[in-house]
Amino acid sequence: MEASVTLKKLKDRFPGSILETHSYRGDDTAVVKKEDILKICTFLRDDESLLYNFMMDVTAVDYIGKEPRFEVVYHLYSLKFNRRFRVKAGVSESDCSIDSIVSIWISANWFEREAFDMYGIQFKGHPELRRILLYEGFEGHPLRKDYPIKKRQPLIGPIN
Amino acid sequence: MGVENQRAGVSPDSQQKLTVSEDSGQLLDGSVILTRLESIVNWSRKYSFFLYPFVTACCGMEFMSVAGPKYDLDRFGAALPRFSPRQADLLMVVGTISHKQAPILVKVYNQMTEPKWVFAFGVCAVSGGFYDNYATVQGIDTLIPVDVYVPGCPPRPEMVIDGLIKLQEKVAKEKFSDWPKGASPVSKC
Repeated sequence: MEASVTLKKLKDRFPGSILETHSYRGDDTAVVKKEDILKICTFLRDDESLLYNFMMDVTAVDYIGKEPRFEVVYHLYSLKFNRRFRVKAGVSESDCSIDSIVSIWISANWFEREAFDMYGIQFKGHPELRRILLYEGFEGHPLRKDYPIKKRQPLIGPIN
Repeated sequence: MGVENQRAGVSPDSQQKLTVSEDSGQLLDGSVILTRLESIVNWSRKYSFFLYPFVTACCGMEFMSVAGPKYDLDRFGAALPRFSPRQADLLMVVGTISHKQAPILVKVYNQMTEPKWVFAFGVCAVSGGFYDNYATVQGIDTLIPVDVYVPGCPPRPEMVIDGLIKLQEKVAKEKFSDWPKGASPVSKC
C-alpha cells in the first residue's frame, strides 16, 4: 500500500525514535520521541520520496492523569505525492517543552504560539514565543484540563 | 410588554410628554408654552439619539433588522448611526465582548462626548450569556456604566424598541447635575 511508504521509510531511518505507529483507514501516524522531532521533521520534508513540504497544523492534547501528560500533534501534507502524515510527540508535565520546528516549516510559528497559549508547552528555539489569542497578563493556560472552568482572570473590570 | 391603552411600553408616569405649565394655554392664544429648561432639553435629547453601533456578533443581524425600515428606530428619533464615537451619544453594545475586546470598548466609551448612554443589546452584552468561559466578559457593566439591559439571544426587535422607550423615559427624568459622569471606572485601559 502506497500510504505506508512514509512509515516504512521512517522506521528504517529512525528505528530508535519511533515509539509507535498506526495506519487507520489510510491515515498514517507515528508517535516519536520528542528529542528527535527536529531530525524526523527535517527528514520528512527533505527526503526525495516523501517531500512533506506543507505543515498544516500543530496542536496539542492534554491527557491528564497519564504520562506523558501532553501530546504535541503535527499534521503534514505532501503536495507532490498527495499524502498526509501525522506525527505525535509526548511531552511530560515536569519538562513541558519540545524543540520548535519553525526552522523547518515557517508556518509552524503561529501554531506553536497557539499551543503555548492554550497548553503552556514551551517550544525551544521559537523566534517569538508569546501569547497569540489571549492577552498579556492572562494567568494560566485555558485548554489544560485542570484549568478551573469558572476561573476569573485578574482583569480590567472592577467586578471580574 | 407595554401598557394597554398607551403607546407600547409607555407607563402613565413616564414623562414621555413635554412637561407644560398649566397657565401656558393663556399666552398668545396657545402659541406659546412655558416649560422647564431641563424638561425641554431632555425632550430633545431623548428623540435624537445618535447611535454608535459597537457590533461584535450575531446580534448585529437583529440590530440591522430593528434599524431598518420594517421596525425602524427612526420613528423614535434614533436612526442615524455615527461611526465616530465623538459624534455619538448612544453606545449600542451589540454582541459578545471578549476580554481582548474590552479595552477597545472602554476606549470607545471614553471617547464619546457627554451626555451619553449605553445600551446592552442581547444577553452576551448583558451578562456574558452562556459564554461563561475564560474568554468572555461577564457583562459589559463590569467595564462601563449601562443604562438599559435588553436580554435575548438575540432580542426581538420589539424588545429593543421597548428598551429604547425605557431609555427615553430615563433620559426624560435626568437632571443637569447628572452630567458629566466622567470616564469609565475601569482604569487600566
